[in-house]
Amino acid sequence: MTSSPPAESEGRVRRSRSDSRRGDSIFFNLSRGSGILLLVIMAAIAGFLAYRSWLAISKDQANFLTTFEWTPDAAKPVFGIAVLAFGTVVSAVIAMAIAVPVAIGIALFISHYAPRRIAQPFAYLVDLLAAVPSIVYGLWGALFLVPHMAGLTAWMDQYLGWTFVFKQTQLGVTPRNLFTVGVLLAIMILPIITAVTREVFRQVPRAHEEAALALGATRWEMIRTAVLPFGRPGIISASMLGLGRALGETIAVATVLSTSSVLSLHVLDLGGGTFAQNIALKFGEAMPFGRDALMASGLVLFVITLLVNGAARLIIARRKEYSGANA
Amino acid sequence: MSAVTTADAPIVPQLRQNLTTARLPKWAPAGVAVLSVALGCAIGAGAGLASHIQWGLIAGLLFLAISYGLSAWVEGRRQAKDRFATSLVWVAFVIAVVPLISLTVYTVQQGAGVVDGNFLSHSMRNVIQSGPGGGIYHALIGTLEQVGLATAMAAPVGLMTAVYLVEYGRGRLAKVVTFFVDVMTGIPSIVAGLFVLSVWNILLGFAFSGFSGSLALAILMMPVVVRSTEEMLKLVPNELREASYALGVPKWKTILRIVLPTAIGGITTGVMLAVARIAGETAPVLMLVFGADAINTDPFNGPQQSLPLFIWQQYASVNNSFGYARAWGAALVLIAFVMGLNLIARGIARWRSPKAGH
Amino acid sequence: MKLQRNGRTKALAIGAMALVSSLSLAACGSDNNPAPTPSGSSAGSASAAIACGKGGQLLASGSTAQGNAIDVWKAAYGSACSSTTITYGGGGSGAGVQQFNQGKVAFAGSDSALKPTEVDASKAVCKTGQGIDLPMVAGLVSVVFNVDGVKNLVLDGPTIAKIFDSKITTWNDPAIAALNPGVTLPSAPIQAIHRSDDSGTTQNFTTYLSKAGGGNWTHAPSKTWAGTGGQSASLSAGVSAQIKQVKNSIGYVELSYAQINNLTSASIATGATKPVDATAANAATTFANAKIVGTGSDLSLSLDYATKAEGAYPIVLVTYEIVCDKGNNPATLDTLKSFLTYTISDAGQQAIGDKGYVPLPKELASKVQAVIPTLA
Repeated sequence: MTSSPPAESEGRVRRSRSDSRRGDSIFFNLSRGSGILLLVIMAAIAGFLAYRSWLAISKDQANFLTTFEWTPDAAKPVFGIAVLAFGTVVSAVIAMAIAVPVAIGIALFISHYAPRRIAQPFAYLVDLLAAVPSIVYGLWGALFLVPHMAGLTAWMDQYLGWTFVFKQTQLGVTPRNLFTVGVLLAIMILPIITAVTREVFRQVPRAHEEAALALGATRWEMIRTAVLPFGRPGIISASMLGLGRALGETIAVATVLSTSSVLSLHVLDLGGGTFAQNIALKFGEAMPFGRDALMASGLVLFVITLLVNGAARLIIARRKEYSGANA
Repeated sequence: MSAVTTADAPIVPQLRQNLTTARLPKWAPAGVAVLSVALGCAIGAGAGLASHIQWGLIAGLLFLAISYGLSAWVEGRRQAKDRFATSLVWVAFVIAVVPLISLTVYTVQQGAGVVDGNFLSHSMRNVIQSGPGGGIYHALIGTLEQVGLATAMAAPVGLMTAVYLVEYGRGRLAKVVTFFVDVMTGIPSIVAGLFVLSVWNILLGFAFSGFSGSLALAILMMPVVVRSTEEMLKLVPNELREASYALGVPKWKTILRIVLPTAIGGITTGVMLAVARIAGETAPVLMLVFGADAINTDPFNGPQQSLPLFIWQQYASVNNSFGYARAWGAALVLIAFVMGLNLIARGIARWRSPKAGH
Repeated sequence: MKLQRNGRTKALAIGAMALVSSLSLAACGSDNNPAPTPSGSSAGSASAAIACGKGGQLLASGSTAQGNAIDVWKAAYGSACSSTTITYGGGGSGAGVQQFNQGKVAFAGSDSALKPTEVDASKAVCKTGQGIDLPMVAGLVSVVFNVDGVKNLVLDGPTIAKIFDSKITTWNDPAIAALNPGVTLPSAPIQAIHRSDDSGTTQNFTTYLSKAGGGNWTHAPSKTWAGTGGQSASLSAGVSAQIKQVKNSIGYVELSYAQINNLTSASIATGATKPVDATAANAATTFANAKIVGTGSDLSLSLDYATKAEGAYPIVLVTYEIVCDKGNNPATLDTLKSFLTYTISDAGQQAIGDKGYVPLPKELASKVQAVIPTLA
């Protein structure tokens, strides 16, 4: 996953000068210290979450994993994450399915297709999307995107309704559903994925590209054989950053989604919820125990993030031969 | 002379036919684009589809299909694939532009009328929020200080951690750090806020202040900085490092003088993405900085305000035309602020970067 | 390359100049806003009623339902007493009470009285005393709707309960038609919109439904919405926006949101001779009949949601300010008393009257006024 230069060259440099060894050890300790500091903070948060979650889950009167309702502050605390986990995963999957291909397209457009005069300002413009606060996305989503999605969802119901997933069973409702949330999240994470992917594509060794072109490859064949394999670990990392935001987005989801404690496999129907949205909406009125329960749901979000990231790390490790540092 | 020309004339077309295959004229993509947009609109209007998203989707699909078909017919399959990929990339560009323009135009439309000297230079103290007047100076100061403090804490730590992971990291510690950085990219902002609240404000007993807000923001920022910087450092070719070692440059100097400057463009992008993300955070700030109405320039004492929180309050609790106007005005200022920072950081990065780029 | 680099440097210089100039423009920031000019008749007496305290920072937090009332008071008080800065963090009642019990705020705003466990917890902060509830901001929840061609709508408890529990699903249902003779109701499906966030407004509304719903509301009243079906939206602002956007919709919001967003409110048939409109005056009648159930200095109220009194609007809510009866933070005690003295004064109550709140009846207000000087 990480790469470093051969050890013996390191050793030789160290031996050559005595003061450089001091510089090296200071720098090394500084960077390791940062790593450890980060670790301590993160471990503290994880420990804090785990402790509070344990307090909550041990008093849950229902199965934490399979229960739909969220009423921890009731006389008989009943709460579970089934609906939240489903909604979080589904909206994130939709967001990723839309955002990743489009982001790769935009990154390619900026790095390889667009005339320089368009590419530079456009790159800045895409970064501008990253600067838009999520509450503005939420307002724009609720006031602008939702009305415009109505036709599309009706259309999907009509032509894709047979897939069951895209069946709409409710009448006359506005499309404040998981699908719309997925689209909104896709727009939100687009700049993050694009920005990192673009930088990676820019680093593709010129020699690789020119070699491909010299062999008679068309531009697409050059990109397929030289650019994409080189950029794959970067694309995956960028997608993980985007996914992190999609999973943890709070206010935009809360403003757009019509929530309920019903788990519906029809993504065009209203209802469902996400972890972050649920925490934000229940937090203000939650009693201390309710807060612990919300922490427990946060912990589950952690585990999901962890699993996805672990899988991504595995894929990157397998493609290590393309990593630039080893080129 | 004339004899030569007439002798040459019949040869040239022969050569042309032998060496190149038929190509679509240069204007073909533009032509196909215009055609498919026209068809998309016609189908949309003809079928009475209400949503313009559908019109666009139809036009996009038509554009892909026509350019592939046309190219396959005239130029052959390899070229057609190339055209198809090019068309796809252009469609992706348009897909990104539409919400971008829509969002920007929406925000500017709503916010531009509000932003003036008075709005930028006054706080909300003694202003009844449901009425006119007041400004965002206090929120602007708060955001500047909180984001500045958070960046000052998170960027060096994140950067050094990434250096550690890429340049030194082997063994268990590096694995564990990577593991926790991964987990933390998905931390909901409200959980970071709660953590700081429980530890810093309740356990250690510090009062609410801008600084407690920036602690939470720093926590959110670190994993983004580490992850993107790590990716950029990995892309620095090993040849550069080895060349430097061969010249007898110690490792730490190699990292500082060769590796980091080479990757500075990407690192800046990563840090700016992180700044952009935390500058728009509402939830942790809501709990920790408390949302003051008056100017407080001291981030370590007393409640402050921040722009996203201000926007949230104006939308959620004021909820009338004056509140909306102030909210959009503040959103516009926030976006402009992050964008300005972005431009400057990029300018510096380009300027300091040793590479000409390509 | 060189040319480009020059261009970049120039762009950089322009950017830096823009930033510097915008900062220097903003550097002359000021708290000095013109004093507010409230539109009420009581405006003149507002500042006269304020006796400033020692000054300094006064932190409070809690219910968002009283946020706009606190805002009006804060502006008036801040203009009169320039040495005092009041900050109200409206994070919700639950958050407010917890911050109060952690000793982080001078008072908390809550839309429900302290529970016994919370009173116990408050003893740690109040040391010599305990937390008490002082009713301060009264309001009402109006049932708002958006149906084409329908201007006036009368509903009663059982009907509202059935609508929000998806037992009545179309507007021309006989139960609604019976209450509205002569009104043409569409056959469209009803889009019932409730709050997706936990809220005191939902608690008051569902308490009304269970008390006056004639057994049609089987869920326990709670801050979390428990009804079947319908759509949800976050915060009163979100519900208001949905009611405006969605045809044939019905929802519930505080009166101030209904007024701000120009939403039409339904009248409630309570069993009185004629249906009661959702107005502040009608809600005041209900508050006049409220009973104080708190003991000692605690003035928590019991509201009669099933009231049948003439002109008494049944769906009401009250928010309390929670303070220590003894053992308040001595640094802020003086300012706290000064601020609360103003808010419960006639001038203070009148000032929020035209913002969609209900001025407390004189008799009740005087009881609160009597408690405030005894705080220590």
